[in-house]
Amino acid sequence: MSLWEYANPQKFMQLSRRVLPFVAAASVLCLLGGLAWGFFGTPDDYKQGSTVKIIYLHVPAAMMAINAWVMMLAASLVWLIRRHHVSALAAKAAAPVGLTFTLIALATGALWGQPMWGTWWAWDPRLTSFLILALFYLGYMALWQAVDDPDTAADLTGVLCIVGSVFALLSRYAVNFWNQGLHQGASLSLDKEENVADVFWFPLLVCIAGFVLLFLTLVLLRTRTEIRSRRLNALLARERMG
Amino acid sequence: MDLHVTDLAVARGGLTVLEGVGFSLLPGRALVLRGPNGIGKTTLLRTIAGLQPAVAGSISAGAEAIAYAAHADGLKATLTVTENLAFWAAIYGTDQVGPALEQMNLVELRDRQAANLSAGQKRRLGLARLLVTGRPVWVLDEPTVSLDLASVALFGDVMRGHLARGGSALIATHIDLGLEADVLELGPYRAQIGAGNGGAFDAAFGEDFA
Amino acid sequence: MIALLIRDMRLAMRAGGGFGLGLAFFLLVAVLVPLGVGPESATLAKIAPGILWVGALLACLLSLDRLFALDFEDGSLDLLVTAPIPLEGVVAIKALAHWAVTGLPLTLVAPVLGILLNLPDAGFYWLVVSLLLGTPALSMIGAFGAALTVGLKRGGLLLSLLVLPLYVPTLIFGAEVVKRGAEGMATSTPLALLAAITAGASALLPFAAAAAIRINLR
Repeated sequence: MSLWEYANPQKFMQLSRRVLPFVAAASVLCLLGGLAWGFFGTPDDYKQGSTVKIIYLHVPAAMMAINAWVMMLAASLVWLIRRHHVSALAAKAAAPVGLTFTLIALATGALWGQPMWGTWWAWDPRLTSFLILALFYLGYMALWQAVDDPDTAADLTGVLCIVGSVFALLSRYAVNFWNQGLHQGASLSLDKEENVADVFWFPLLVCIAGFVLLFLTLVLLRTRTEIRSRRLNALLARERMG
Repeated sequence: MDLHVTDLAVARGGLTVLEGVGFSLLPGRALVLRGPNGIGKTTLLRTIAGLQPAVAGSISAGAEAIAYAAHADGLKATLTVTENLAFWAAIYGTDQVGPALEQMNLVELRDRQAANLSAGQKRRLGLARLLVTGRPVWVLDEPTVSLDLASVALFGDVMRGHLARGGSALIATHIDLGLEADVLELGPYRAQIGAGNGGAFDAAFGEDFA
Repeated sequence: MIALLIRDMRLAMRAGGGFGLGLAFFLLVAVLVPLGVGPESATLAKIAPGILWVGALLACLLSLDRLFALDFEDGSLDLLVTAPIPLEGVVAIKALAHWAVTGLPLTLVAPVLGILLNLPDAGFYWLVVSLLLGTPALSMIGAFGAALTVGLKRGGLLLSLLVLPLYVPTLIFGAEVVKRGAEGMATSTPLALLAAITAGASALLPFAAAAAIRINLR
């Protein structure tokens, strides 16, 4: 049995129906547990006070905002190379979720930046990159919406996703070059001295797991909806022909 | 240049419209496609011309042998008749527009802008393009739309000349061009509406809806 | 191929081809910005590089939706796809023609607008160099966007939404060259990066754009 078997829409529907409740429940547990632990079970930061606690939303959302695009890129490649419809529909389903995570990261970043930097918004490279990422998501979704034929839309958005990935990466470096920013360095690299202390680190890990599971839940749910609506259209078309 | 089409299936908007189409077109012959509106004549011709992929089956002639002409003539309104034609001649590497202008009776209009041509004159210019391609297999979709009787006769002569030079033509038309042509009725090839019709996606579901 | 280049440039120059539109738009931007931000020379000198680059970019965007849409509507695109030249070549040539009638004239008039915006003397040379190196990338990226949206009914607005994020790196490096040049700083790094984007876009995007056109035509 190969993994590709689940690219068959019917097999995917069966599997996802069984898996979905567990993923959803695990996601709720992780998010509630991680956020409660983070908000009430950790000390205030000696510099940032209690504002630091927004990290439990900000960091996981930012990570998933990027990972969602990477997942869309992988799904688009699978569609363009192997022509599995589920893959194309999963990429379509992931885009609004990724955009939402991007907006959450931007909004929580603004809320965090106000007390720390004294401003809601600064043209810092990281902030700017996320704003540009949001624009990429918007363009991708707009193209899906504009094209009527589902296979044509899947092909075009797939090509856009590949080219967009290259340019998103380029933009990231260009923006870095353009302005050295206020944003602190990565807090989670495995080899750095300045990592956040363990007390913050463990609840953050639980929150990240919660966001990954939430992403999975939403994408599965939305992919199922997309498959159903595609199937519905096919049946309607057949009825018209018959 | 022979054109062999074997067991061809073509799709429009994701739905297979024709399947099992097969014919051979030999040099000097013309084949007329007949069938009611919407049966998929245009889709079939576009597939053979290489503008869209076939669902199944094979087409023997490469796209390099085929000159395709459809409803739109590909004319630029601000270019003159000669400029329009010379452009296509250059693209196909033939550079000879004089004979084509003569054969389609466009010599007097040669310096007029395409915007100022009548619909029938535009159509004649569009068909003159076929002559400058230098390609042996003409694939024509309703070539006589907006032509008057005299022009239809003129085009019939051009077609006969093309066939006499060893060319061939595949034509979707309802009008008799006065050619000695074989006729292919597309009715029997209409695709069955069934489980596999929507492609792999719907085939996976079989008959039930999960 | 050369015939296609000549035809596209000729079409752009003839009446209704929209040749002057981009230039007029560029001029308007350079006139409106001082009216908006005030006449202080110091302020204008500071923002001139950015304004000129943004203006050139928007002027370039203006004519993009016609790049393939006109050929699509009159059937030429079908015929070009079946013609003996590769579609990738068609795309590259059409992008080149677009550059020759928009990017190149924009580059040539940019110094005049630089005077209007009080660009420091040291900046003029770098303005022309950066636009000369950067505008081909704008046309090529735009051709990719136009290829994605060819055949769509309301393609124009969508085209801007798709293309503008892709313009970000070009804009950043281009404006950076002029800014650094105007301040008398070294420009070689952003200039090299700008040239790299143009080279990369010209080499790879014709394939992506041709793929998009084939998808759209079927």
